[in-house]
Amino acid sequence: MLYNFLIAPFLDMAGSPVFFAEVVISGLLTGVMYSLVALGFVLIFKASGVFNFAQGVMVLFAALTLVGLMERGVPVWLALILTVAVMTALAFAIERIMLRHLVNQEGIILFMATIGLSYVLQGLGETLWGSNVKRLDVGIPNASFEIGGILLNEFDLFAAASGAVLVTVLAVFFHYTRIGRALRAVADDHQAALSVGIPLKHIWIIVWSVAGVVGLVAGIMWGAKSGVQFSLSLIALKALPVLILGGFTSVPGAIVGGLIIGVGEKVAEIYWGPLVGGAIETWFAYMLALAFLVFRPQGLFGERIIERV
Amino acid sequence: MRIRTLVLAAMTGAVGLAAAAQVPAQAQNDQFFPMLVYRTGPYAPSGIPVANGFRDYYTMINERDGGINGVKITFEECETEYNTKLGVECYEKLKNKGSTGATLINPFSTGITYQLIPKASVDQVPILSMGYGRTAAADGRYFPWVFNFPTTYWSQASAFVSYVGQQEGGMDKLKGKKIAHVFHNSAYGKEANPTLEALAAKYGFEFTGLAVDHPGQEQKATWLQVRRLKPDWIFMSGWGVMNQVAIKEAAAINYPMDHFVGNWWSGSEADVIPAGDGSKGYKSAAFHGAGTGWQVHKDILKYVYGGDEAKAKANNMGEVLYNRTVVNAMFGVEAVRTAQAKFGNKAMTGEQVRWGLENFDLTEARLKELGMEGFTRPVKVSCEDHETGGPIVIQQWDGKTWNVASDWISPIREVVRPMVVAAAEAYAKENNITAQSCN
Amino acid sequence: MIYREAGQFKTSYAGDQRVFPILQDRWCVAAAILFAYAIPLLANEYWLQAVLIPFLIFALAAIGLNLLTGYCGQVSLGTGGFMAVGGYMTYKITTNIPDINIIVVFLIAGLCAALVGLVFGLPSLRIKGFYLAVATLAAQFFIGWILNKVGWFYNYNASGTITAPPREMFGIVVTGPHASAEVRYLVALSLVIVFALVAKNLVRGKVGRAWMAIRDKDIAAEIIGIRPLQTKLLAFTISSFYCGVAGAMTVFLWLGSAETEAFDIFLSFNILFMVIIGGLGSILGSFLGAAFITLVPVFLTNAPLMIGLSMPIDMQKHIEVMLFGSLIIFFLIVEPNGLARLWQITKEKLRLWPFPY
Repeated sequence: MLYNFLIAPFLDMAGSPVFFAEVVISGLLTGVMYSLVALGFVLIFKASGVFNFAQGVMVLFAALTLVGLMERGVPVWLALILTVAVMTALAFAIERIMLRHLVNQEGIILFMATIGLSYVLQGLGETLWGSNVKRLDVGIPNASFEIGGILLNEFDLFAAASGAVLVTVLAVFFHYTRIGRALRAVADDHQAALSVGIPLKHIWIIVWSVAGVVGLVAGIMWGAKSGVQFSLSLIALKALPVLILGGFTSVPGAIVGGLIIGVGEKVAEIYWGPLVGGAIETWFAYMLALAFLVFRPQGLFGERIIERV
Repeated sequence: MRIRTLVLAAMTGAVGLAAAAQVPAQAQNDQFFPMLVYRTGPYAPSGIPVANGFRDYYTMINERDGGINGVKITFEECETEYNTKLGVECYEKLKNKGSTGATLINPFSTGITYQLIPKASVDQVPILSMGYGRTAAADGRYFPWVFNFPTTYWSQASAFVSYVGQQEGGMDKLKGKKIAHVFHNSAYGKEANPTLEALAAKYGFEFTGLAVDHPGQEQKATWLQVRRLKPDWIFMSGWGVMNQVAIKEAAAINYPMDHFVGNWWSGSEADVIPAGDGSKGYKSAAFHGAGTGWQVHKDILKYVYGGDEAKAKANNMGEVLYNRTVVNAMFGVEAVRTAQAKFGNKAMTGEQVRWGLENFDLTEARLKELGMEGFTRPVKVSCEDHETGGPIVIQQWDGKTWNVASDWISPIREVVRPMVVAAAEAYAKENNITAQSCN
Repeated sequence: MIYREAGQFKTSYAGDQRVFPILQDRWCVAAAILFAYAIPLLANEYWLQAVLIPFLIFALAAIGLNLLTGYCGQVSLGTGGFMAVGGYMTYKITTNIPDINIIVVFLIAGLCAALVGLVFGLPSLRIKGFYLAVATLAAQFFIGWILNKVGWFYNYNASGTITAPPREMFGIVVTGPHASAEVRYLVALSLVIVFALVAKNLVRGKVGRAWMAIRDKDIAAEIIGIRPLQTKLLAFTISSFYCGVAGAMTVFLWLGSAETEAFDIFLSFNILFMVIIGGLGSILGSFLGAAFITLVPVFLTNAPLMIGLSMPIDMQKHIEVMLFGSLIIFFLIVEPNGLARLWQITKEKLRLWPFPY
């Protein structure tokens, strides 16, 4: 029994290193896909302290809009631009109708409000575009090829690359631009930021729009796998462990967290899963994140909170 | 602030009052079929053709024949989002409607079926869970109110093994072959496992179960395992988004799609379309024909859509799940007809419909009259056997449509039936149920 | 005028420390309880089975979560998991030892859930806020997985679901298919009343004060001598006990049969909605929140029919979902402290009404 759990899986890994490498690589690639979803959460939390539960539905909404437009004969590039426009308009509406009235409320109230928002968006998306599953094909290559016995898929590589680009751009944006600095200031303290003249409204609109665009990218990647349908919004549940592991407030954290969770859950599922009957991925990801949290309660890259009485 | 509070109070009051009012039930001589549908939510892609199939068949019967022997069919949809709790609410809402209450109920959800089974005998509403729900209910002695003909998950799994045997050139060739079962990690997904294990012991093939976590959007680990295991055949019990992703992943690892067979909930248009060309060659089980080439479709087109083919297509006519529900609706209507033959041509009560289901005998000749010759198989139900172990057919996706790709394959009944009886007896013991006499 | 407490003098400490110190409150509660017991005479089976029984069960679970989240400040999303433990353990115990009274079994199952809650409460000592909320999802998913995976919990039956067997109390069938909706409603009602009173007493005593101190500022609480570990764990334990009993009731008094999907993550979210919409840190709020979440969708589903509006059922559902979401946002904007706070404001008004000045 102990041997099976503690030794055999490692012997197995050492026994077929090529397969182990494939597991790790596919874990890394999956991890980037999780990060894409987690990024949206991080952006909004960072700038407004809102744990935006509606991010999953925003992913769905963006993908639905894109597919819906394409089905009506709009070319891909135009559909992409229009979808970004729609997401920006949405951010504007959310700020105007919801956030503005909830300034300075407690985190959990804002969290609840975003749950309400997720209902609205879900209903709206399905009303506009229907509940049927839709095929999403924006022309990303999708062939598999083998290198040294390791099977890779062009699509996964493309997704990972776009994830990497997105994160780099966002990190640069946050650190080196004027708006980025303002965003960080707002994240630190709403009122202090207001008093030095940072327009809170604009910042929120910007950050929700950017989260919408990140959602669109995530929606394209995940939607290409499963087709665009309601279940796409459930992808948020896969991103949550990534989020707490990396820290709610760190963009690089979302990436590193994604990679750790991706590799961790794949290795666990493949080498330990069969011993206990499989399908352990979901809870294992949460447990892994939990284990990290016990040592670093703010996540790997989260900001340390200094508490005073 | 005052006005706000007033508005709030008024709204709260309105909610209470409005919720207290009841929708009046219509009272006339009609045969009421309740419909638990899921046109929204995560399983809507499957729920929409299902709901349309029922609706169209009932409408067609009313338009073409003026009802069942003159008794008009009425029906009402209630949205469940495939959620068990909403299912209970819908059931309570619909069970007493119509002049004789609900005729029978087709839950079209394994979860809701489990829920309703204990209630069926109390409320006197028979359950027709066609090809889903509790397999043990096939033992009519313990489940007099539940019917799951023409066939069940366990029979299906055994028929799949028969099919593999045929393809490999004889059941003896199964020895040493590797068969994997990719299943949704839920009560439904696990259904086929005991059968497959029993058959693995009998025929000497190597069986591996690969569980996929709900909802199944991320299956890399499962398909890596498949890559290492290299099974000769894969059987899949999937549902919802899991199907689309599984087919896509199987294509991505270049698994031969014609050795990948889904069960009958893993093979509709919605499951294969998102994977594009990758899904070409994928197979799945069914117990009815594919496409629109039967008389019944022509009738539906004529009487429901007035010949408007585009509209019929937009309403899923001819799709796999649509065809399945046409069969299901037909079973319901024919059960009422069977009951009417004994009790007279009026609206049947649940009790009478139950008799109709138990003495259900759908012959080849009758199928021909219904315009469904070859579309599905004759069924003869008995008091002990509510399943009948009907044969299945394997259909294959050619990139555009589903086509039938095998003969009718019978389940391996000598393995399945004893398991059904044992499961039914265990259930009965736990719930203090005594067997009804079948003589 | 109506709600005036002037003139109600307390002459003893006991009188001063009553659960409901004001006469009108006592009358209201008594009337509400009386009315609740009289409901089976008025309501039909649809109302009992589809609205009132779930309302009671959700109210109990919401009280449980409110103890943890509203009073002790620990946000948890593992409610569904703890309810599942209650449901499955009740099934396991009562099918193996059928002679124990079913209510006792509920309590034992609640204890099992409490134990599980204790274990999953351990990280709360180090992890706070949303980090804790997400971390409790580990409990949700792990419990769901293990109950589904280990056959022992469902007696190795082939379908992997649990079914409530018939059990009697004083010669009346209270569970199983032959138990009438009225009986099940009354049993649920009695349990909920008892547990609500217990909770009400708990939160105004030493335990409750310790919880609130931790909630308001844990470091400060520690300094004044409240031990955070014990206090938080106690909150997790008691909260999970309530949820466990609610889970047992879900299977045995409401659904009659369940699989782990009945206790999925959306149930956890729903219970959290009820607590927040109703009002954090209020027992009454738990009831109001449960009423909101169970009644509003029923109302929205039936409303178009009543005003004679007919539309495709999917469109109706979409609109219903959107309205429901908008209502949540609306209520949060208007009154972030929940429905319980609204009730409080109403009471303040009633004190002076109809002569406000």
